[in-house]
Amino acid sequence: MCLAQLFLQSGSEYDCISALGELGLVEFRDLNPSVSSFQRRFVSEIKRCDEMERILGFLLTEIQKAKMSVPEEDEVPVAPPPRHVLEIMEQLQRLEMELSEVAKNKEKLQRNLQELTEYTHMLRITHSFVHSRTRYEALGPQYEEFPALETDSGPSATGMQRLGAKLGFVSGLIQRVKVEAFERMLWRVCKGYTILSYSDERLTDCDTVDISDSVVFLISFWGDQLGQKVQKICDCYRCHLYPHPETDAERADVLDSLRTRIQDLNNVLHRTEDYLRQVLQKASESVFSWVVQVKKMKAIYHILNLCSFDVTNKCLIAEVWCPVQDLQALRLGLEEGSRKGDATVPSFVNRIPSSETPPTLVRTNKFTSGFQSIVEAYGVGDYREVSPAPYTMVTFPFLFAVMFGDLGHGFVMTLFALWMVLTETSQKKKRCRNEIWETFFSGRYILLLMGLFSMYTGLIYNDCFSKSLNVFGSSWNLSPMFSNHIWTNKTLQTNALLMLDPNVSGVFRGPYPLGIDPIWNLAVNRLSFLNSYKMKMSVILGVMHMTFGVVLSVFNHLHFGRRYDVLLLFLPELLFLVSLFGYLVFMIVFKWIAFSARDSSGAPSILIHFINMFVMQGKDMAPLFPGQSGLQIFLVLVAMLSVPVLLFGKPLHLYWLYRGSKGLHRRRGYERVRRVSEDDSSAPTYDEEDEEEGAEELCRRDPLPKQLDMADCLLHQSIHTIEFCLGCISNTASYLRLWALSLAHAQLSEVLWAMVLRLGFDGSSRLGVLVLVPVFGLFVVLTVSILLIMEGLSAFLHALRLHWVEFQNKFYRGTGVKFVPFDFSLLPAPFELNGSQSGDRVIEEPLHREGPESRPPPLQGSLRSRLLFTPRLLRR
Amino acid sequence: MVSHSLALPMICFTTLWGLVGIVAPFLVPKGPNRGVIVTSLILTAVCCYLFWLIAILAQANPLFGPQLKNETIWYLRYFWE
Repeated sequence: MCLAQLFLQSGSEYDCISALGELGLVEFRDLNPSVSSFQRRFVSEIKRCDEMERILGFLLTEIQKAKMSVPEEDEVPVAPPPRHVLEIMEQLQRLEMELSEVAKNKEKLQRNLQELTEYTHMLRITHSFVHSRTRYEALGPQYEEFPALETDSGPSATGMQRLGAKLGFVSGLIQRVKVEAFERMLWRVCKGYTILSYSDERLTDCDTVDISDSVVFLISFWGDQLGQKVQKICDCYRCHLYPHPETDAERADVLDSLRTRIQDLNNVLHRTEDYLRQVLQKASESVFSWVVQVKKMKAIYHILNLCSFDVTNKCLIAEVWCPVQDLQALRLGLEEGSRKGDATVPSFVNRIPSSETPPTLVRTNKFTSGFQSIVEAYGVGDYREVSPAPYTMVTFPFLFAVMFGDLGHGFVMTLFALWMVLTETSQKKKRCRNEIWETFFSGRYILLLMGLFSMYTGLIYNDCFSKSLNVFGSSWNLSPMFSNHIWTNKTLQTNALLMLDPNVSGVFRGPYPLGIDPIWNLAVNRLSFLNSYKMKMSVILGVMHMTFGVVLSVFNHLHFGRRYDVLLLFLPELLFLVSLFGYLVFMIVFKWIAFSARDSSGAPSILIHFINMFVMQGKDMAPLFPGQSGLQIFLVLVAMLSVPVLLFGKPLHLYWLYRGSKGLHRRRGYERVRRVSEDDSSAPTYDEEDEEEGAEELCRRDPLPKQLDMADCLLHQSIHTIEFCLGCISNTASYLRLWALSLAHAQLSEVLWAMVLRLGFDGSSRLGVLVLVPVFGLFVVLTVSILLIMEGLSAFLHALRLHWVEFQNKFYRGTGVKFVPFDFSLLPAPFELNGSQSGDRVIEEPLHREGPESRPPPLQGSLRSRLLFTPRLLRR
Repeated sequence: MVSHSLALPMICFTTLWGLVGIVAPFLVPKGPNRGVIVTSLILTAVCCYLFWLIAILAQANPLFGPQLKNETIWYLRYFWE
């Protein structure tokens, strides 16, 4: 990774940046950190892009409301040159205006339609009121009777005219929930001189909700004053009032005219909708490319804002981090950009030396990217540090499988992962929005490996849906127990449990060749054997894993030119680990090999021997092997001695370097500058250049007084020592979770078998088949949900913890900054921004980071987002 | 209920994982992924061989035998032998 300067010709800078964005090779640095977002050069262009994005968002929602699909083209368009931008802007604005006008018109028409339909209903229902008044046997209890009207079948006003008062009518619609209050109010105000009739009939053939919740009412009253009061009350209750026709003929007329008007309105509405659809259809054809183009444009302007403008040379200067391998491709890209932009002078690249630590780039393909992301979730590696990812690719699924080990469950997991892998091209096109599915999908290769390893460990544990496979024939034989007359038929009848004795010859004939003997599945004391086996296995695997981690630190020391660290850090660490825990592993294996059933009564407990080794007691205990006590004393001494070497070695060495080298004669002409601080990661060396034996180029740090440096160095080293030594013990014990989880898994699996599936086999009648089917369904559901998903996630998490803490803290720093190139394919997908378009995008700069000095955000904050395997990190 | 030797499986599995871990890395075609594939092969061989080895060594000299129910013993006696 190197720092490079790009000199972009003033006319062609847009095209050059566009070409670079397509290539996705470099990361831009901000050359104007002190300028606020609103003062940068290209703010107006970005605002224009924002405006276009807003219109596009509105367009997309309209298209989605009309339930049309947007065709996504396979070929992604490039960013348009600035002269095309105005055209696109114009088109978009025109479309927006058209759409909003059409929408407004449509709304108005629909409101009209609603009113007309209400009027129709009202007429129809009040017609039935008027007629039903003539027959009081058909009336319900709510109707008030005015005796004078009962003889009328015709116009209802004549009866009242006889009394010399004018009968008025108010009719309309009111919401159903307000009817009772309305009635009460009318009664109180008008003192009973009004008649309110309303219908409970459900209004059909309506589109809007309002109508169906309304009731039609008819108020009849005497006199004008009462009429005014009624009017006011109706206004207060927000009724929709319509004029009540006096005669039947008038009513029929109005009904007719209403019907024709409604028909007309419906026609117009249909045509408006058709027109709207047409407009949206035409827009939807090009909306995809517009969205992509606008996004790319905006990104380019963001990047242009980061560059500094060199007024004298009429060119733009940009600083980028570029991988050394890609410099040639960068040059070609710039040339192409200059050519497209018709520049007189081509833009070029100039590599500059830098003392800053570049960001870390790890190239991954679709297989390794999942593993890289789970390593990076802990922390991005320092620049050119040993990455645990290639080793994690095997050890992580392996440790998962040790905890998950079941042939059947592993098989199901493998099938699922295989399906995802084989259909990955079509799945990628579908782009399902569900985030949990995206998580599983981006980890499909991890799942595949986990499943395959689980099948292997399930084979070794001899556990397939909690049953064992007897492929080779069990090693334990029963007949010698009978033929040697240790057991008789009578013993069988009297004792419920009997234990096979390996001391009797012929009972045990050699270990089962592949994994655990199947007879243990039938044994009652199965767990005592399995626990001992799995605990020892966990310790062995743990010690080997940790030793591997310590050995990996050698590569780090050698690469960063710290030869002395190999002697002063690696060697004491390794000796400490191996002399104590390597010896424990040796004892375990020795006991397996050397002690058999003959001396089972006198077999020593390894744990007690181990503890006694530290306490230097236990001389009266039978030794495991001759010379054990002497060896143990030697090993404890070695371990004890390596602690002070670890603690003081490096500080003393650095002190000697700082003080003592003034007296050293070196062949170099200039004075050596040396590094006095402990911090290794921020002093890069030019890896390709001159690295003579023993001579290192060190950068001068700011001149701190010697005292402070030594204290800092000592403190750092003592923390490291304590962490390592205590950590050895606690980490070894931590690996016992391998045993714990595999035990839990096996027991859960057995419970499901015994409590669920076996019940289905119990039926002795023919109906047992009918019982078996739902029982099996329940078994499958519980297996998938509890054993596969829950236990799978749990084992995944614990295997991840074992890697992150126990393995990586032996060698991995993980304090680096990730290299994020300016790449159009890393922008969020075009239609993800559907609902979240807003005008405040000017302030956001999604593609840029403040520079390599900034540390990555704390683990908790970013853990969730990183752990969710965002697909944006998939590079190819 | 057969007798198994220790030597035969030892030879078989050692050669099997030896092939995977030592011989197969030389057969990987040259390409950008060669290093990763070789690392994975070696690690797989080591892990899987170790796991199998632990399983067989733990059973090689058992200090106690399985404790069975008398019904199981009766069944095994007549069906397995």
